[in-house]
Amino acid sequence: MDLGPHAAFIWASYAVVALVIALLIAWLIADGRQQQRRLEQLEARGVRRRSARQPFQDGGTA
Amino acid sequence: MQTLTQRLANPTRFMELSRRILPWISGLAALTLASGLYLAFFVAPPDYQQGETVKIMFIHVPAAWLSMMGYLIIAVSSFGLLVFRHPLADVSAKAAAPIGAAFTFLALVTGSLWGKPMWGAYWVWDARLTSVLILFFLYIGQIALRSALDEDPALAGKLTAVLGLVGVVILPVIRFSVDWWNTLHQPASVLRVGGPAIHPSILVPLLVMAVGFTLLFFAMHLKAMRNEILRRRVRSLTMAEVERAARFEVRTAE
Repeated sequence: MDLGPHAAFIWASYAVVALVIALLIAWLIADGRQQQRRLEQLEARGVRRRSARQPFQDGGTA
Repeated sequence: MQTLTQRLANPTRFMELSRRILPWISGLAALTLASGLYLAFFVAPPDYQQGETVKIMFIHVPAAWLSMMGYLIIAVSSFGLLVFRHPLADVSAKAAAPIGAAFTFLALVTGSLWGKPMWGAYWVWDARLTSVLILFFLYIGQIALRSALDEDPALAGKLTAVLGLVGVVILPVIRFSVDWWNTLHQPASVLRVGGPAIHPSILVPLLVMAVGFTLLFFAMHLKAMRNEILRRRVRSLTMAEVERAARFEVRTAE
């Protein structure tokens, strides 16, 4: 594909957009996994949200 | 009868709904962007004046539009927090800031890479470029303020909401900067009185890319909101656990 004398500027633009969006998506996925893991660790220790508690369960928290 | 925003006020309901919607928006975004890229590289002709560098427009213009939409989301969410105390308003504002900042950065960088071959300079202190740079600083201000008040999220939410509402004044300045001042930047050529000034062979790929980028923005915003809700749950559960441990210690000491 011939993009003319300014091809480097065109490719650089698309490359920086691809890189920034890829980093953003990777950060969002990693952050979501980290929060989910922390929540599961807390729940494993018996700390649960009110809505997630079983009836008559003792020791849960808000 | 509840409005949509009232129905979504419950974070658990929002998490359930967003979990179902997110894969569809993401898939649609990927599909639209792939179509847009195909049109941009294999269908759209070179511009009669700019040649192939017009291809930069297909990413620069959507990034610039979304940089403004991101801040509009922050401003509307800030209003929702300060006036209606909507439970998800602060979550939405916080989630939109880094994504909006990223798109503003992309608008600045791609604009710069387009400016060099067309204007002969990467940067000029022109009204449009300078106002977009101020928008970028406003995003950084939002992120920095929240980070500085990390220990008190409620206060951080209120202060960033005030900044969000004050900063929204930059949006009409950006939009009309090309009309109010003599600038190097070209005037509005898509959203203007009298219709678009761009030939359909270039306008269609641009609009497809803009829809794709917008879907991508919403997908990322939804994901960031979900992450933020989880972060708040983790925080409240951690605090509850600490309180429970403290109560237990007091009882043991007695």
